[in-house]
Amino acid sequence: MSEGSPAPSGRPELLRLTDVTKYFPVGRSLVQPRGAATIRAVDGISLTVEPGQTLGIVGETGCGKSTLARCIARLYPLTSGQVVFDGLDITAMSRRDLRPVRRDLQMVFQDPFSSLNGRRRVGSIIAEPLIVHKAVPRTGLRARVQQLMEMVGLNPEHYNRFPAEFSGGQRQRIGIARALAINPKLLICDEPVSALDVSIQAQIINLLADLQAELHVGYVFIAHDLAVVEHVSDQVAVMYLGKIVETGRAEAIYQAPRHHYTAALLAAASVPDPDRAELRQAAALSGELPSPADPPSGCRFRTRCPAAQQLCSEQEPPLASTNGNADHQVACHFPLDRTEAMR
Amino acid sequence: MSAQAGWPASEPVTLAVEGLHVSFRTPDGIVRAVRGASFEVQAGATLGIVGESGSGKSVSMLTLLGLTSAAEVSGTALFRGRDLLAMSEDELRRVRGAQISMIFQDPLTSLHPHYRIGRQIAEAVRAHEKISRAAARSQAVELLGTVGIPRASQRADDYPHQFSGGMRQRAMIAMALALRPALIIADEPTTALDATVEVQILQLLQQVQREYQTALIMITHDLGVIAGMADTVTVMYAGRPVEIADRRTIYRSPRHPYTRGLLGSVPGARGAIKQRLTPIPGQPPSLIRLPRGCPFHPRCPLAMQHCREEEPPLLEVGAPGQRSACWRAAELDEGEHGLLFVPQQMSGEVSDVREGGR
Repeated sequence: MSEGSPAPSGRPELLRLTDVTKYFPVGRSLVQPRGAATIRAVDGISLTVEPGQTLGIVGETGCGKSTLARCIARLYPLTSGQVVFDGLDITAMSRRDLRPVRRDLQMVFQDPFSSLNGRRRVGSIIAEPLIVHKAVPRTGLRARVQQLMEMVGLNPEHYNRFPAEFSGGQRQRIGIARALAINPKLLICDEPVSALDVSIQAQIINLLADLQAELHVGYVFIAHDLAVVEHVSDQVAVMYLGKIVETGRAEAIYQAPRHHYTAALLAAASVPDPDRAELRQAAALSGELPSPADPPSGCRFRTRCPAAQQLCSEQEPPLASTNGNADHQVACHFPLDRTEAMR
Repeated sequence: MSAQAGWPASEPVTLAVEGLHVSFRTPDGIVRAVRGASFEVQAGATLGIVGESGSGKSVSMLTLLGLTSAAEVSGTALFRGRDLLAMSEDELRRVRGAQISMIFQDPLTSLHPHYRIGRQIAEAVRAHEKISRAAARSQAVELLGTVGIPRASQRADDYPHQFSGGMRQRAMIAMALALRPALIIADEPTTALDATVEVQILQLLQQVQREYQTALIMITHDLGVIAGMADTVTVMYAGRPVEIADRRTIYRSPRHPYTRGLLGSVPGARGAIKQRLTPIPGQPPSLIRLPRGCPFHPRCPLAMQHCREEEPPLLEVGAPGQRSACWRAAELDEGEHGLLFVPQQMSGEVSDVREGGR
């Protein structure tokens, strides 16, 4: 099988999104008595993922990150734009044509309680993709499922148990085993650890890292928490109100953020350290998230930005390279310079 | 209890809980949810209670307020000198909401969806004070203003769904403040919120606490949340406090392996790009079948024979006021948290999960 397709940049690409948008119409209803509006959940997103690498997508509630995940997996049809996966344009593929693609493109969901069928045994849950894709002969099913359970740190003897007999962390391991059953090339993880206890979160993050090293699978890792993404990501994209506001190598994003929103997110992250926690409270971002049905003119972050000026309300800043570094892109008229960003 | 670290001795003790036990009878056996919790909080001070799911942190609080009706309870909980656990339902009702307020994790389920926000706050006031509807309403509007809701007199007429998550939590805080309680118990008040909103809410809680000299108990599973605000921190595991110390001591020189493990599990240390975390292996024990000896021993890298036989008491060790329930607490000097737990390879985790399974 081909290891991604050749790309304009010359690097191999597993996934390329070009100008992807997803709008939801909001009709007349009790909630919206004023009539039809459009929620611009994902508004012109372009990104790439290399084979075996991790792209972390970070943003707060309502920024469109989960909608984006569902667009990539083609669980939603796009409003416009293009999704190329492993050299194939899957933007407009039919369900039937998508089926073989889904072999290589799997999802892990946030809630390990609602994403597993409680009436089926764990063995049968993990075996399902193997049966659907006829990946293993019936006689080999049990051996393969038990091998997968072992791989994600579950006891293979628990093959016949029901999901309710497992803890949250173990259920998330079941979800991961199911997603990896047919050796996908890309795993989309939508907040895979946010429902878990802290000590278990760390186990799952390490497990995902180990599996990537072993299986060379690419990840799109979606989280609201910059700190979680830091431990798994090669590339990071920060989203705000449907747009990417900053993207680049993880080192650049964490060590020298250039967008004021990225800097605010980093400052707001909770840390188990009394001194830094006090700094955190001094750096609170003011205001509320504007409605994605009626985003501010110009730069969408300007209503909460400490550096906003007249220009920001008039012109939307494009996502552009900074410091001649093609990898690090920021959408801001007045980005933080390197020295300000170094903290 | 003696020598509480970090608190001026002159402040009166608002709540003193001693030897709290809570258990539930279930078809599977007796769930021993709280097994001897003791803590106290003074006026104007903040006590942080940290623990994971099933550590007993929320059950302790609900029990104090008489909200665990089917439970078997023992111990004392002196609130301004009166024992909450010995009160009749009528007496408790007068305390709840008026003198002790509770803020829950999910404001959407704590607010009634069909009533306007302002009316819900006014009702809370009128449940305890004989005042007119109009007076209660203007109090509600004033409170919404206090907690930072812009255009409070208009927003008071909104329904809960018209508020964002952060604003709903502000409204819950307004309701909690309505009767100027002596104690606010906040159970994971920011867990459902984004980090930037969380910071705002924590600031608000501290601000109202300073203004009203309220005692505050913050319950959380995340050591990061209270790192900037707790005066004292209690870490709970399997229904018992395993370590108590002032804030700086807990984070800088913890004396219980579980506290150290929790600190090492939290993502976000700087320079952590693509770095492995150091999780605690295995998972918390079943509260029906607790391990013999120290309940943490199956997950503890320091466990020795004695730990498997006898549960350690909470004893003073290290800094003034610091106490730890660990036979080896004295050996846990200051040092790197990570050294205790090493990043496990997957094979190691497999065997731990096996032990933990039911």
